[in-house]
Amino acid sequence: MVIKVLGGGCANCKKLMENAKKAAEELGIEASFEEVKDIEKIMSYGVMRTPALVVDEKLIFSGRVAGVEEIKEVLKKEAGK
Amino acid sequence: MQKFADFLTYSIFKIPQGSKLASAVNFFIFDTIKIFILLFVIVFIITFIRTFFSPEKTRDILSHRKQNIYIAHILAALLGIVTPFCSCSAVPLFIGFVEAGIPLGVTFSYLIAAPMVNEVALGLLYANFGLKIATIYVLSGEIIAIVAGILIGKLNLERYVEDYVFKIKVANVQYQEEKKTLKKRMSETLEFTVQLIKKVWIFVVVGIGIGAFLHGYIPTGALAKIAGKNNPFAVIFATALGIPLYSNAAGIIPLVSEFRRLGVSMGTSLSFMMSVTALSLPEMILLRRVLKPQLLAIFVGIVGCGIIITGYLFNLILG
Repeated sequence: MVIKVLGGGCANCKKLMENAKKAAEELGIEASFEEVKDIEKIMSYGVMRTPALVVDEKLIFSGRVAGVEEIKEVLKKEAGK
Repeated sequence: MQKFADFLTYSIFKIPQGSKLASAVNFFIFDTIKIFILLFVIVFIITFIRTFFSPEKTRDILSHRKQNIYIAHILAALLGIVTPFCSCSAVPLFIGFVEAGIPLGVTFSYLIAAPMVNEVALGLLYANFGLKIATIYVLSGEIIAIVAGILIGKLNLERYVEDYVFKIKVANVQYQEEKKTLKKRMSETLEFTVQLIKKVWIFVVVGIGIGAFLHGYIPTGALAKIAGKNNPFAVIFATALGIPLYSNAAGIIPLVSEFRRLGVSMGTSLSFMMSVTALSLPEMILLRRVLKPQLLAIFVGIVGCGIIITGYLFNLILG
């Protein structure tokens, strides 16, 4: 599973990345993490608000920091496909 | 609440009544409680309204309707209030708007209104100055955003947008609005409000603290000579001073209410607060990535002039 956090490296993006790592760890999901800071790449996902969470190239949400529990739900759903 | 503040000051801290320290401590406790209650309520209400709006929706409203350009400006400035915005999103938002075919001037109307009329500023303005001043602030902010946007639009400045902006291919994904139940909206709103207050409380407390110190030690009207309405340069100075103070907007508004007591006139105070929220150094640095220096300078110049004119106007009207 490839998990990406889109954002210019602001405090919220770091927080989201932390939460995502924690969520994957707690579920025992093998995942690689990437911080996407390049504005052109961010825009290519059609995102206008950072931070945004992308799992396996699918945009999950943008513009907010989700908690660990919520990300766990998302990862479970995506992994089950 | 005043009784509670009295009780803490005189009975718990055992500070003799009537001393300068007592006056400062009492003021600090009373103000802090009052401001936080009001801040919480207002941030909660605005955040709740915002769960119904997203920048994506705003973009669609502004780009799909081929409306009269002036109505588009007004709409953009109004949507700036209700759309969640953080200056770290200014760049993707700018590109997203321009790519969607929204005119540059309309994009600016939005970009000026969004940070200026924000939930923290509104909450603190209402808590510190009451409804009348908060309303004046919002209306002037909206008018500045609309007029500045129209001016930028009229000047045809598209050539001063960094070239790569127009080359970016924005994914044409139809944005799927997350389906939200009322309960989810409420819990999201509460979570956001708590997070936000956690982030700003220290600035607010420091601002009130300095204010309380001044309240106890510096006599009323002490600043009237240098920053009152008779000094014609006070407004310009206040506007310039506000630019580097962005990150502390939360602390500055409580402090400004204390400056008022010391004799700083209302127009000057308004200019100062608008400059703190609307003209921020970090946001300018971010916007430099999409705007060439000329356009950035024009943007700052026009908004700055708008704020200064507002300051003089309200110094004349309100004193």
